[in-house]
Amino acid sequence: MSKKSAQDGRPQSPEDFPLKTGAEIVVDTLIEQGVDTMFGYLGGVVLPLFDKLYDAPINFIIPRHEQGGCHMADGYARATGKVGVIIATSGPGACNLITGIANAMMDSVPMVALTGQVRTDLIGNDAFQEADTTGITRPITKHNMIVKDVKDLQPAIRQAFYIAKTGRPGPVLIDIPVDVSLAKCRETPLTEISLPGYKLQQAGHSRQIKIAASAINKSEKPVLYVGGGVITGNASDELRKFAKKANLPVTMTLMSLGAYDQTQAESLDMLGMHGSAYANYAVQESDLLIAVGARFDDRVTGKLKTFAPNAKIIHIDIDPSSISKNVHVDIPVVGDAKFILAELTKEIEYRERKEWFDKIADWKSKYPFKYDTTSANIKPQYVIEQIWEATKNNAIIVTGVGQHQMWTAQFYKQTKPRHFITSGGLGTMGFGLPAAIGAQVACPDALVIDIDGDSSFNMTMNELCTAVQYELPIKVCILNNGYMGMVRQWQELFYGKRYSKSSLRNPEFAAVAEAFGAVGITVDKKNDVKTAIAKMLAEKRPCLVDFKVEREENVWPMVPTGKSLHEMDGLSIFESMS
Amino acid sequence: MKHIICALVNNKPGVLAHVAGMFAARAFNIDSLAVGRTDDPALSRMTIVVLGDDKVVEQVRKQLNKIIDVVKIQDFSGTEVVARDLMLLCIHTPPEKRPELLALIEMFKAKVVDIGQKTIMVEAVGPEEKIEALIEACKPYGIKSMVRTGTIAMAKFSKTVPTDNQ
Repeated sequence: MSKKSAQDGRPQSPEDFPLKTGAEIVVDTLIEQGVDTMFGYLGGVVLPLFDKLYDAPINFIIPRHEQGGCHMADGYARATGKVGVIIATSGPGACNLITGIANAMMDSVPMVALTGQVRTDLIGNDAFQEADTTGITRPITKHNMIVKDVKDLQPAIRQAFYIAKTGRPGPVLIDIPVDVSLAKCRETPLTEISLPGYKLQQAGHSRQIKIAASAINKSEKPVLYVGGGVITGNASDELRKFAKKANLPVTMTLMSLGAYDQTQAESLDMLGMHGSAYANYAVQESDLLIAVGARFDDRVTGKLKTFAPNAKIIHIDIDPSSISKNVHVDIPVVGDAKFILAELTKEIEYRERKEWFDKIADWKSKYPFKYDTTSANIKPQYVIEQIWEATKNNAIIVTGVGQHQMWTAQFYKQTKPRHFITSGGLGTMGFGLPAAIGAQVACPDALVIDIDGDSSFNMTMNELCTAVQYELPIKVCILNNGYMGMVRQWQELFYGKRYSKSSLRNPEFAAVAEAFGAVGITVDKKNDVKTAIAKMLAEKRPCLVDFKVEREENVWPMVPTGKSLHEMDGLSIFESMS
Repeated sequence: MKHIICALVNNKPGVLAHVAGMFAARAFNIDSLAVGRTDDPALSRMTIVVLGDDKVVEQVRKQLNKIIDVVKIQDFSGTEVVARDLMLLCIHTPPEKRPELLALIEMFKAKVVDIGQKTIMVEAVGPEEKIEALIEACKPYGIKSMVRTGTIAMAKFSKTVPTDNQ
């Protein structure tokens, strides 16, 4: 498997590189690229590849559905920053990856998807299990390729990893026809990757940095608006030093929770549609918005015309196309957040900004996240708070999509990056369980908890089998209200409570878990919540707890569609609560 | 407003589909798209006429740049260019109208490339305005069919064009 190197100092000739099949080249190149873990599912046209994987030194996880496997590779990548690798067969296998790939694309997750394809001479002929995989995945991948000549296979894989993990990361797909994986050719030496259409920018323009620093030093009411790019760029340390030196209040998007320690006084927690009132008010009143690794998503901005009306905007981002896409940017700085923040910090001065921080403290005291603590029913927010009490600073939290996701973002305070894994851009229900599995595979010694909704969990719950098969001690907490909670909330608020098709008949999740070979616990009394959590944490096996929570509970505050960020609903409910 | 953007792309299957798909997904309005080989067999050149304001064109440029098979972009907005569109036009021509129509075509420096019983086929090359004017002039006679390549363009030597290498 190792390449023969020229011992006598002569340049390596082609014969130094042995003749290998495409399948061998794939596996060897994956190992060369540092892959030690893969997820994937078999199929006819990937048999040659799987034959070489049989005794390869790669930890391989088989899901129950390719979508589950793709979300696992995604969770793996988010937990580590490494490229998640998923392999699937042609036709239905590749098509089952679509949601997972689109999800990785929207959240900029580094991923390489290898799909089998029918023989090159059958392509375009409606062959058995044929699908136009590259055509279908073109809009949802950072790049994709079909390899029709085995000589192109090794360069394609090397390019794929390079593209997936550099710049703004994303999923890259390589379609490999079965005859290509059987054909033979020689390996090639690893050389520097050169792609004329792909230029990376790391350091920010020094003049722009100076302009930004000057604006920050002059500002009276700045807000630091942090996005997922800070976590992707491993820039949390630089962010903390920058924010502390300049003395800035810090708000985070859903994707960046944990990029900044939420227990710090200057943390404004999450902003946006279900963000905190204090973050939203601060943004709307600010005179300077410093965006780092964020993309002014519509869940964050509310009505664009009235977003941050008094603020000049600095935008630090690695992707030039994100800058001035939705919102006019006054001071763009293109480049890697890690480098730019470090340079920027050198030019920054501390300012007390007492009036601004007093105002913020006032908002914080008036509008903390709240729920009715006196209720005898199990409130979902209460469950999350108890999980946080028992596991804070110590757990990787993963979620599905919906109300439970928003409450977790509100009530589970994150302190470290890569400890909150959630589907933001695409908002994929069913992401939670497989992503938790991926995170556990990535971090075998970590405590990984999937806080999920009953409807989200239903979508991919077959992957519990995967957790059991590979003895992954993940913990699943279902906030079970018997509804698709978020859409039910919208039906209540905007469709006159016509709960059209928003509830499912659920199984007894605990019994399902036990049948799969995991531990299952049911909780229907508020007094049992704490003990159930303790029992769950003590379990060495995968464990699911089904919390029967308040059926109709709403996420507040809420910025309704079309309203400005400061026009939040639900704040009066806070005032009426003790 | 119409903007001409020129993109040098890898000459590979799928690249045209990628660019066209991106335009569709982002709801950019393409007026025309012409693509052909260059002197480098590995590269093709695409000339795209985009409808939109400056903000739209900026996004078009940036999104094109993101496509890895797009190697270089030139935005001809505000640049002096030589722009040409090629058209083949079939005009209904009863014999008694033929002389005046031929005179009209002569005026536009267009060429007759085929003659039928009651139709003539005309070839015309020129900037978009000339092509549009010829079409308008021929409408009264009755246009049977037409096909256009769309605009291709090159910057005039006296001006330099801002280029985007990603």
